[in-house]
Amino acid sequence: MVSIDGNMAKRKTIYTNFCLLIMALITFSSKGIYCKQAGIYIDPWKPVKRALITHAHADHSRPGMKSYLAHTDSLPVMRHRLGEVDIEGIAYKKTIDLNGVKVSFHPAGHAPGSAQIRLEYKGEIWVISGDYKLGKDGLSAPFEPVKCNHFVTESTFGLPIYKWKPQDEIMADINGWWAENNSMGFASVMLGYSFGKAQRILANLDPSIGEIFVHGAIHNTNLALEMAGYSFPENTYVNSEVDKSRYKGAMIIAPPSALGSPWIRQFKPYKVATASGWMALRGARRRRNVDKGFILSDHADFEELNTAVAETGAENIFVTHGYSTVYSKWLRTKGLNAKVVETEYEGELSEIGESVNKEKEGE
Amino acid sequence: MKDFASLITALDSTTKTNEKLAAVVAYLNSASDSDKLWCVALLTGKRPRRPVKTSFLRVWSAELAELPLWLLEESYFVVGDLAETVTLILPPPAAANEKSLTERMQELGTLRQLEEAEVREYIVNAWMEMNSDERFVFNKLITGGFRIGVSQKLMVRALATHLGEDENKLAHRLMGNWKASETNFYDLLVSSDGNENLSRPYPFYLAYPLEEAPENLGNASDWQIEYKWDGIRGQLIKREGEVYVWSRGEELVTDQFPELVELGRALPKDCVIDGEITAYKDDAPLPFTFLQKRLGRKKVGKAILKESPVKLIAYDLLELEGRDLRETPMEERSELLHKLVAETVSDRVLLSEPFEMSTWKEAAAKRDVSRENFAEGLMLKRKSSVYKVGRKRGDWWKWKVDPLSIDAVMIYAMRGHGRRANLYTDYTFAVWDGPDLVPFAKAYSGLTDKEINKIDHFVKKNTIERFGPVRSVKADLVFEIGFEGIAPSSRHKSGIALRFPRILRQREDKKPEEANTLQDLQAILEQFTSV
Repeated sequence: MVSIDGNMAKRKTIYTNFCLLIMALITFSSKGIYCKQAGIYIDPWKPVKRALITHAHADHSRPGMKSYLAHTDSLPVMRHRLGEVDIEGIAYKKTIDLNGVKVSFHPAGHAPGSAQIRLEYKGEIWVISGDYKLGKDGLSAPFEPVKCNHFVTESTFGLPIYKWKPQDEIMADINGWWAENNSMGFASVMLGYSFGKAQRILANLDPSIGEIFVHGAIHNTNLALEMAGYSFPENTYVNSEVDKSRYKGAMIIAPPSALGSPWIRQFKPYKVATASGWMALRGARRRRNVDKGFILSDHADFEELNTAVAETGAENIFVTHGYSTVYSKWLRTKGLNAKVVETEYEGELSEIGESVNKEKEGE
Repeated sequence: MKDFASLITALDSTTKTNEKLAAVVAYLNSASDSDKLWCVALLTGKRPRRPVKTSFLRVWSAELAELPLWLLEESYFVVGDLAETVTLILPPPAAANEKSLTERMQELGTLRQLEEAEVREYIVNAWMEMNSDERFVFNKLITGGFRIGVSQKLMVRALATHLGEDENKLAHRLMGNWKASETNFYDLLVSSDGNENLSRPYPFYLAYPLEEAPENLGNASDWQIEYKWDGIRGQLIKREGEVYVWSRGEELVTDQFPELVELGRALPKDCVIDGEITAYKDDAPLPFTFLQKRLGRKKVGKAILKESPVKLIAYDLLELEGRDLRETPMEERSELLHKLVAETVSDRVLLSEPFEMSTWKEAAAKRDVSRENFAEGLMLKRKSSVYKVGRKRGDWWKWKVDPLSIDAVMIYAMRGHGRRANLYTDYTFAVWDGPDLVPFAKAYSGLTDKEINKIDHFVKKNTIERFGPVRSVKADLVFEIGFEGIAPSSRHKSGIALRFPRILRQREDKKPEEANTLQDLQAILEQFTSV
C-alpha cells in the first residue's frame, strides 16, 4: 500500500469539502439542476413540480412542469410555446425567498428575457447561467457579471477557434448581401432560430433596401415579444395572400428547418444564408449547403466565456453543454476548479439541422 | 497574394461550375503572367513540397495565440484541417503587405535552406501581416495540403477563354511535369513552336462505367472488347531514344519501373504506348498489393524487383515515329500496336488481346470469369473511336464485375475532413474470430449524406472510448462491405488486405452476431489467390 503524502491528503480534503458543498445547495440530477433546499429545478429536462427557467428556448424551457418561474419578458413566448401553464414572472435583480434560499434573476444577454439565476444560502452563492453572450445585440438586456462561489457555465463555443466579430460588422455584411441580391433580382432567405436570432437580425436590418417578410413561426414569436414591449421594423408574414412578385428582392427570415422544404420554393429565384456561430468552420459552411454563412451567434465565444468565468470570481466552475471536457480542462490549467456536468441542453445545434429534439417550428 | 486569396475564397464559396469558371477567368484577366502561371500550377494540383514541418507550425501558432499545444490539437480534431485551425486561432494581424503570389511562392521555395529560427521568423511575420483569407491560403501552402482547386477541365476552359485558344491544345500543353519555378506563362501555354518537351504525355482518355445493358450500345461486333486489368494506367514514351513512364495521376514514375525503361529501349521505334502497368510473375498477374510496394518510392531495390516484377499490358498506341495517332480510329491504332509489339524483342510487354465476340451474351460470359483471369471486368471500346481527352461518354466504357462482399460490424468511427469535418464519416469494420471482432477494413464512401447523419448520431450516442478524432463504438451496426480484390497481408491484424473496400449498404435486418467471420474472408482469399 502506498502511503498518502501530505499533498495528496490535502487534495483529498479539498475534494471532500467540494463534494459536501455540492450536497449542500445544488446537485445535478437526472431531471435537471436541482436545489433541494429551495425545492426547485433549473431548466429541468424531465417533468418536475417547480421549475425556474433561464430562457424560453425549447431545450431549456420544456413542457410538463407543474409550475414555472421565469423573467417577465420570457412569459409571452413561453405561453405561446407551452400553452396554458402555471407560470409566474419576475423582474431582473428582484430577490425572492424560497425556503431560506435567496433567488434572483440577472441579464444573460442571450435572447429577450434570458437570465442567469443566482441562488444564495447561508453565505454560499451559486449562479446558473443558462445560455449567455457578452456582446450587445440591441435587443436583449446586456449580460451582467454576478459574483459567486460556484458558476455553472455553458461551453457551446468553448474552443479558441471561435472568435466573434462585433454585431455591427456582421449586420453590415448581411445588409450588404441583401442589397447585392436585391440588385440582381434575387430574394434573400435568411435562416435563424425563430426565437432570438430571427428577431436580432430583424431588429438590425436596413429597411431601406427592400421589403421584409417573416415565416409564420417567427411572426408568432414576434407577436408574443411585442406583448412584452419589444418592437421591430415593419414586416409581413409569409402567407398565401401575398402577391409572389413582392418577394423579388425582398428579405425573408425563416427558421433553419425551412431549408430544403417545399415552403422555401415560393421565393424563387432566391439566395439562402444561415446565421450561426457554427458558420465559423469551413466544413460546416459547406455541409450546410447554403449560398452564404454568416458567423452570428447568441452564445459566448471562447474569450467571452473566459471573461465571464473570471468576472464571477467563482472558485468552482461547472461546465455544461458544448465542448465541456476540453473547456473545463482549459480552466483547470488556469488554476480553476472546473468539472464537467452532463446536461441535455443543446446550444445552437438546431441552427445547422443537428438538433436531437426537433423544435416545433411550423405553428 | 490578396487577389489570389480572394479567388480561393470565391471558388470555395460556390459549387456552381459557371461561377468558378468566371472567377478563374477574372483572375487570369487581371493577374501578371508569373502570378497566372502559379495560379494554374496551384489550382491543378502542382503544389510545392511542404517547406516546413507541420509540428513546428502547431507550436509556433499556439505560442503566438498564447494557447497550450493540447488545446490547439483538440481544436484541430473539431476543425479537421490544420491550416484552417491555425488560421482561426491566430491573433488579429498587426500590419498589411502587398506581396504578390509569385513573391510569396519564391520565398516559400527558399525556406528549406533556412535555419529553424529564420523559418519561424519568416512564418510568424507573414502571419501577422495577412488577413484571414490570405492566412488560410498561406497555411494550406505551408502545410502542403493545398487541395482547393478546380478540375483540369475547368482550368483548360478558363485558359481557353482567357487566351482565345483551342481547348485540346491547351490541355496537352498543361500535361507533364513542368514547374512554375522553371518555366514561364508564355513558353508553357502561348508559344507554339515545335520545341515541345520530349517527356510530355498525352491527356488520358478515360472510360465511364457502364450503367445500362450493353445491348443498348448496338452490335457487339462494332466494339473492341478486352479485359480490364487491375494495375496502374500508364503511358510509356519513347522519343529521340529517351524513355519516360507516366502514371494516370500525371506523375513521372520512370524510376519506379526500371523494367519498363528496359522495355522502352527495346522498342524498335519512337512511340507512345497507353497500357496497364501490372505486377506479373510466372505468367500471371499478381494482386494489386504487390504493385503498391513500388509506388511512392524514389528507387526500387533488388528485393522488390524480384518479388513483384512488372510488365506493361499494352492496349493503345498514341504516337508513332513522331506522328500523333489520336485522331486515327481505334481499329487502326490497334493494328499498328500489334505490329509494333510483334517487332519488339522484350518479355516486358504483353498485348491486351481483344476478344472476337459477335454477341453481348458471349461478352457477358467472359465478364463472369474476369476475376479468375485476374481482371476486374471488361473494357468496351468502339472500333471507330478516336482517342479523346479526359472522361467522355459514348465510345469507351468499363464494364466491371460485381464486387465481392461480406457483412461486417462497425467498431470504430473517425471524423471526416473538409465538408464533413465534425461528422463521423470514416468507419472501421470487423468480422468475428471466435468471440472477438477483428478489424479488417476501413471504408467511407458509398453512403448518402442522410445515412451519414444517422450513423453520426449513432456514433455520438454509443461511444465507448475516444482516441483523438477516433471513437470506438458499441458493436451494433452491420454493413455489407463490397471490395474488388483480396490479398494476404502481414501489415493487417486480420492477415488480409482488401482492394477498394466500400460500404454497399447498411444491413439493418442483421444483428451483429450474424455478421461474417474471419474464416469466411479467408475462404474468399483462397478462392482467388490459389488459382
